[in-house]
Amino acid sequence: MTNWTQAKGPGDSPKSNAITDVACPFCGLVCDDLEMARDESGLKVTKNGCEKAVAGFERKVDGARPQVDGRDVDLETAIRAATDLIRKSSLPLFGGLGTDVNGIRSVLALADKAGGVIDHALSEGQYRNFRVLQTTGWIMTTLTEARNRADVFVIVGSDLQKLHPRFFERIVNVEQSLLSEAPPKRTVVFIGKGLDQSGVKGSRIGEIITLPCELDRISEVVAALAAEIRGTPPSADTVAGVPTADIKALAERCRAASYPVFVWAPPSLAFPNADLVVNTVSDLVKDLNVKGRAAGLALGGNEGAISAGAVSSWQSGYPLRVSFASGKPDYDFQRYAIPSMLANGEGDLLVWLASFTPDLGPPATKLPTIVLGTPGIKLQSTPAVFIPVGTPGADHGGRIIRVDNVVSLPLRDLGRSNLPKAADIFAAIELAL
Amino acid sequence: MLIKFTGGTVYDPMNGVNGEVRDIYARDGRIVAAPPPGTKIDQEFSLAGRTVMAGAIDPHSHIGGGKVTIGRMMLPEDHQGHEVARTDLMRSGCGHAVPSTMTAGYRYAEMGYTAAFEPAMLPANARQAHLEMGDTPMIDKGAFVMLGNDDFFLRAVAQKKDFSFIKDYIAWTMHASQALAVKIVNPGGISAFKFNQRQLDLDEKHAFYGMTPRDIILTLARGMKELGVPHPIHIHGCNLGVPGSMHSTLATIKGAEGLPLHLTHIQFHSYGTEGDMKFSSGAPQIAELLNQHSNVSIDIGQIMFGQTCTASGDSMRQYGNTKSADPKKWVVMDIECDNGCGVVPMKYRDKSYVNALQWAIGLELFLLVNDPWRIFLTTDHPNGAPFYYYPHLIRLLMDRTFRNEMLEKLHPGAQAATILKSLTREYSLYEIAIMTRAGPAKSLGLRDRGHLGVGATADITVYEENADDREAMFKTPLFVFKNGELIVKNGKVVKVVAGATHVARPEYDRAIEKPLREYFDRYHTVKLDNFRLSDQEIVDSNCGHTGGECGCVIVQPCGPRTS
Repeated sequence: MTNWTQAKGPGDSPKSNAITDVACPFCGLVCDDLEMARDESGLKVTKNGCEKAVAGFERKVDGARPQVDGRDVDLETAIRAATDLIRKSSLPLFGGLGTDVNGIRSVLALADKAGGVIDHALSEGQYRNFRVLQTTGWIMTTLTEARNRADVFVIVGSDLQKLHPRFFERIVNVEQSLLSEAPPKRTVVFIGKGLDQSGVKGSRIGEIITLPCELDRISEVVAALAAEIRGTPPSADTVAGVPTADIKALAERCRAASYPVFVWAPPSLAFPNADLVVNTVSDLVKDLNVKGRAAGLALGGNEGAISAGAVSSWQSGYPLRVSFASGKPDYDFQRYAIPSMLANGEGDLLVWLASFTPDLGPPATKLPTIVLGTPGIKLQSTPAVFIPVGTPGADHGGRIIRVDNVVSLPLRDLGRSNLPKAADIFAAIELAL
Repeated sequence: MLIKFTGGTVYDPMNGVNGEVRDIYARDGRIVAAPPPGTKIDQEFSLAGRTVMAGAIDPHSHIGGGKVTIGRMMLPEDHQGHEVARTDLMRSGCGHAVPSTMTAGYRYAEMGYTAAFEPAMLPANARQAHLEMGDTPMIDKGAFVMLGNDDFFLRAVAQKKDFSFIKDYIAWTMHASQALAVKIVNPGGISAFKFNQRQLDLDEKHAFYGMTPRDIILTLARGMKELGVPHPIHIHGCNLGVPGSMHSTLATIKGAEGLPLHLTHIQFHSYGTEGDMKFSSGAPQIAELLNQHSNVSIDIGQIMFGQTCTASGDSMRQYGNTKSADPKKWVVMDIECDNGCGVVPMKYRDKSYVNALQWAIGLELFLLVNDPWRIFLTTDHPNGAPFYYYPHLIRLLMDRTFRNEMLEKLHPGAQAATILKSLTREYSLYEIAIMTRAGPAKSLGLRDRGHLGVGATADITVYEENADDREAMFKTPLFVFKNGELIVKNGKVVKVVAGATHVARPEYDRAIEKPLREYFDRYHTVKLDNFRLSDQEIVDSNCGHTGGECGCVIVQPCGPRTS
């Protein structure tokens, strides 16, 4: 069970108890340079841990027991109870889906057999991207490419510091670049007011520019920027309170840059029709590429959302919000959104999986609920079945796909607990069904 | 368990068997010699009058990896109307051009294929490519890892590092990414596009690193040869899809200096600029040159008419192709100082001059290249067409009357611009068996696949003979056996199995990890030890979908390392 390796990096003392090169699954960046120590009291993040990593790894998960109707039972009994509920259900809703690749594989296998619906808890944000992908597409880059190549970062209405505390440290303020012995300073532009800029500091950071509009008026500023880039400038003096001259200056800066990267995190764009912002940014990036180079970089993807979208796509053809009720995958991103299904009284069982953070609790519902959750998960009522499960990358091994949809990383078994894998539980249910 | 396949008409080119009636025996998944008389036969299949070949092998099919999944996500309309219901045996799935992984595996097997190879695995995306291949049941898999646009390689070449250093890096990458071979896509061009170069011809310099595509091709070709990797460098050349691309293709063949090369989806690189439309066939010249160069093998990348999706590592050329996107949406990516990709949906139309001529150019190449051991049957799935058009393509090659009937339906200008009608060649079953079995197996170094000799894996496909309609014959095999087990009957899956993953592991000096580790630490966002894929990950990824049966990693032998 315990499989933590001794330090083996060249700079590490061979006597050190450090566990090195640990990949962190607690946000979409999946930083893999963390160091840990482990003793009787649990795991301690000793290096390169942000607050999400510390909270995620150092949390105590001991002592949780499976429960049926609030009463402690053994695991087999809980699995049997869950199997019975799924067998009786005519439309089980598989939600949450905070898990790794093997976890989501097991969910898909079970949903396929049980004729259920699958949707991730953070799909609403992801669909701000998917809708654009499915209508116009885009030009994108990845973390390492941006880290080495970008000369301008334009942050579009997204609080990256909150979602990805190490983004600026690992991607923007990096001392070295493949392309130059003495890489030039970088410009960081924020579109939107009140975004946390505290991480934007260090020797590589040049100008920091803010276009201070209200977040729900981002679309106006982005549209004006797109118009400037396309050569059809807006006639007004200001757009959403931002002087048009500043927008024009930004457009010129983007045209002059060798590789401007436009960064957004869909969960931050939490206002109606935010996909239109993603669409406009994608279009302006395309326009910049007619003569020069530029790229988008979409972030977010916490709670295993990227893995869920990718595995669902390669196994079912569709990025989540799929129903298997007819025996075939049936896709409708509006109809099969679990939050609206619950609101409309659809489905007769909620199966919720959240193995990373306790915040990803199931929504309030009258439906009987099976929860496979990390211990301490926030519950609004007593689920019919509760099974505490391990966190991939802390309690057991696994693999997870990073936010850029290219890189995936191995997650280590750090021996934090003996909690079972969600994948094993779903596989057992599938077999018994 | 001893199985006897009795009295089939066998086409086994690796062993020189051309349509002879033979009995074949298999025990424990392998083909064995005829047992002594009186030995108990556990199971017998009477195959009199039926055609028997080894399981077919697709040496170039984009079945797994990030860009295919981008295509899947981007194109729900590709899947709608092509859904496949779950059965007691099989998972549900869907898709036409970019099918879901399980559906792809079932369809390959139902068409008599027992192996397919993903030709464009990015090192940075290798883990996901193997995860997707692991979710592709029924068939053996393997992948060609993409090198030659990654900054580590380009820096090493630019800094004129010792050749053994470069070989160590190639071999290390093959190990780390669990690859069977190495592919180069638009040599240097994917990287050059990041520096805003919009084309890179064979002798044009990369703006930043200074070398040319020719330098890169020769470096990798020599590297593969000296590492003893069976499959030669797999080249997606310069100028994909560009009118006039035939010239860089001809120059690449001539410039190979005798080194082994495989030129992939050569149809897309065989265009001239003659005629009113400034788009013409370069197939005759290319075929003539190929016939003189036994060091070069090809696959075609035949196009077929209808909706598909192109998915390539060639971000530079795919960006150029976005103007033809149909429907009008597309993705281009710069990836990890490693590679790139471009995913562009495409609808090939028989009434389009260009598309019709592309179709004819592919067939011209098939018919003009003499040696079937050096030409493999591919559509570059899904770029030219989805792989399930293979039976149709086989009929086009075997049946001249049918071919000419199809030709007559096409754009009249294209009919006039192709010599196809004058080509009388019809492929024989023996030649089809070479092109779809023995040739790819030999080229890829799959020593126990693609033939039916003693010791071979018992991957066997049995067809009902049908000389009138080869498409029907190849579409619905009577039986398909994988490792001696019956997996398909009358073109339908009867048992779900997991295939193996084939890899090659040339020798290298582990000292390469020191500069590599420093490079990763300095520039990358992934640590070297996390970049590397373990065997266990691949074995694991084959589990859980096939009733507990586990695929495994098969290490195909390399020759000795030389310098």
